Amino acid sequence: MSASIEIANVTKRYGTLSVLDDISLSIKPGEFVVFLGPSGCGKSTLLRMIAGLEDVTQGTIAVGDQRIDTLPPGKRGVAMVFQSYALYPHMTVAQNMSFGLENIKVPKKEIVRRVRFAAETLEIAHLLDRKPQKLSGGQRQRVAIGRAIVKEPKAFLFDEPLSNLDAALRGRTRLELAQLHTRLGSTMIFVTHDQVEAMTLADRIVVMHNRKIEQIGTPIAIYRRPATRFVAGFVGSPAMNFIPVRNISQNGNGASIDTAGLGTLDAAFRLPAAFSSEGATLGIRAEDISVLPAGQPGIPLIVEVVERLGDRTLVYGRLSDGTRLTAEADGRSEASASDRLEIALDTSAIHLFGADGVAHHADGG
Amino acid sequence: MAESYRRSHWGHGLFVLPYLTVFAALLVFPLFWSVWLSLHKVDLFGSGRFVGLTNYARVLADPVFLQALRNTVVFVALSVPTLVALGLFCALALNRTTRATSFLRGLFFSSSVLSVATVTLIWRFVFIPGDGLIPMIFGQLGLQPINFLSTAGWSLLSIGVATVWWCLGLPMMLFLAALQQIPADLYEAAALDNASRWRMLTRITLPSIARTVMLVTIIQIVMQFQLFGQAQLMTNGGPSGTSRPLVMYIYEVGFVRWDVGKGAAASELLFLIILCAAMVQYIVSNRKAEG
Ligand SMILES: Nc1ncnc2c1ncn2[C@@H]1O[C@H](COP(=O)(O)OP(=O)(O)O)[C@@H](O)[C@H]1O
Ligand SMILES: [Mg+2]
Repeated sequence: MSASIEIANVTKRYGTLSVLDDISLSIKPGEFVVFLGPSGCGKSTLLRMIAGLEDVTQGTIAVGDQRIDTLPPGKRGVAMVFQSYALYPHMTVAQNMSFGLENIKVPKKEIVRRVRFAAETLEIAHLLDRKPQKLSGGQRQRVAIGRAIVKEPKAFLFDEPLSNLDAALRGRTRLELAQLHTRLGSTMIFVTHDQVEAMTLADRIVVMHNRKIEQIGTPIAIYRRPATRFVAGFVGSPAMNFIPVRNISQNGNGASIDTAGLGTLDAAFRLPAAFSSEGATLGIRAEDISVLPAGQPGIPLIVEVVERLGDRTLVYGRLSDGTRLTAEADGRSEASASDRLEIALDTSAIHLFGADGVAHHADGG
Repeated sequence: MAESYRRSHWGHGLFVLPYLTVFAALLVFPLFWSVWLSLHKVDLFGSGRFVGLTNYARVLADPVFLQALRNTVVFVALSVPTLVALGLFCALALNRTTRATSFLRGLFFSSSVLSVATVTLIWRFVFIPGDGLIPMIFGQLGLQPINFLSTAGWSLLSIGVATVWWCLGLPMMLFLAALQQIPADLYEAAALDNASRWRMLTRITLPSIARTVMLVTIIQIVMQFQLFGQAQLMTNGGPSGTSRPLVMYIYEVGFVRWDVGKGAAASELLFLIILCAAMVQYIVSNRKAEG
C-alpha cells in the first residue's frame, strides 16, 4: 500500500524567521526520494511537516488524494524513523512495535502477525523480549524501522537514520534499506546531508539549499547536469573545480571560453543570448581532468598535495595564475608534491555558471 | 593512563576531609551520643548510671508517646501521598515554558522559602475562629463554623494543609526537572503512534520518572515524620494531644521535663521508624519497577 505525496507551495516560518519558502514537490507512489542538503537547510522541517510534527505556515500537503496537513500526526498514515530512534525505553522490542497498533485497536492476532513479519524481515526475532537499552545501535535502528513497518503506512519518513551508526554498519544498513524498499514497494522519503547515501538510495534526489529546492532529479542527472552552482559544488567528491571566466565569445558551433589558469577552451555550448561572462564561472570535475604522460604538452599544474586512493590518485595543485584545481590520475601515478604536471580537460564535460548561479552544460542545455 | 587514573591514593581523601569533619561532628557523633544517653539515667543534674533498655520500656509504655506516634503516622500517611500527587500534578501542568507557567512555578515554589513562623501565621489567619478566612466564608454561606485548630481531628488536618502548602515547592521542582529529562521525540513518536494523552502519561511519562517519584516519596517521609514547628505554633499539640507529633513529644520530655534519657530513647525510636519507612518504600518501589 503506497501512495503519492503532493507538496504544494509550502512555506514555514518560525515567527519572523523563514525556514522554507514556497516549496512544491510531487512524489510518485512507491518512489524513494531523498532530501539532500547541508545542515540547517530545512530538510527535517519539511519531513516533520509531512509527519505532522510541525505546523504548515502556508500551502498544502496531500498523501494519496487526501489532504493531510490539517490532520493530527497519527491520522496521516505515515510512519517515521527518527535519527535518535526514539524507542520507548520502558517497553520491550515487541511492545515498542505493537504500541501504535494497540492504540488504534488492531486485533491481537493481527498485531502478533505483523510484529512477527517485521521481526523476521529485519532479523530481530530473537530480540523481541529485550528492552532498548540492552540493544546495540544497529539493533535499535532495526527496531525503529520495524516499528514503522508494522503500521503498514502509506509512506515511510526517515530523518538521517544512519547517522548514528559506524561507517561499516552504515554501508550495510544502506544496502538493506534499498532491499527493504524493493520488497515493500512503499513510498519512502529519506533525509540526509550525506551525498553518498543520497546517490545510492534515491530514485530521485531533492537538493535543498537556503529555504528553496535547488534541483529535483535522478542521482545521475544531479551529478552529470547540476542545475545550479550550489548543486555542482555540493554533490560529488572531490568537489567540482570552479575557475573564474574572463571572457566568452560565442560562434557558430559553440563558445570560446577564456580563463586565466586554463587559457582558452572551445566547447560545444549553446548559451542564451543574454548570458554574460561577467561573474561567470567554469566548472569541471576532477575525473574529467587527466594527467598527461611526461613530455606531452598540456596545461601546467604545480602539485601541492597527492591523495592515493588505490584505484585512483587525486592530485591537488595550482594553475599558473594560482587558481586551485584537483585532477584525477590513475592509481599508479608517481606524482608528488611540488612536481610540475601537464593536464588536459575533457571539454565536453565542462559546465558554465552565470553570475546568478544557473548552470549550462557543454553537451547542450 | 587509565590505570593510573583509576588507582586511588589515600591523599585524595584529604579533599573530603572538611566535609567529613563537619559530618562526623554534627551527625555521627550526636547519633552515638544519643544512643549512649538513651541507655542511661540522665537528668538536669548530669549523667547518671547505666539503666539498659529501661528508658525504651518507659517510652513504649507511655500512652502519650503512643498517641503521638499514631498522630505522626496518620499525618505522614495523609501528607506524603498528597504532596507527591499534588507535586506531580503541578509539575505536569506547568511543564511548558510560557510566561504564565514560569510565573506559577515561581509562585508555587515561593512558599518553600518562608520560615515556619510565617507559614503558621498565614494559616492561623485562614483558620482562626471569628475573623479567619474560612470561618468568614462559612459564615457567608450560613454554615455553622468549625473551630479547625481546636477540634480533635480537624486540628491535625489543618496542620497537614499548611504543611502541604509549605512543602509543595520541592517535590514540584524535582518532578519538573525529571520531566524535562524525557526526550521530546518520545512524545513525537507516540503522537505518530496515535497514543492518547492518558497512554502517553502511563506508558512514557510515569515510567520515565519512577525513580524521582521514589526519591521524592522517601525525602517527604523523612521530612514529615519530623513535623514539629507547625504543630507547636498552630495548635500546640492540642486539643488534648490529638495533634501532638513525635518530635514535640521528644521536645517536651527532653527539654521541658528534662528527662533526657527518655527523650533520647524516644528519638532513637523515631530514627528507627523513619529508617524502616524509607527502606520499605525503597524496596517496594524497586520491586515494582523490576516486576
Ligand atoms: N523550533 C524552531 N524555532 C526556530 N527555528 C527553528 C526551529 N526548528 C528549526 N529551526 C531552524 O530551521 C532551520 C532548518 O532546520 P532543520 O529542518 O532542522 O534543518 P536540517 O534538518 O536540514 O539540518 C534551521 O536554521 C533551524 O535553526
Ligand atoms: Mg535535520
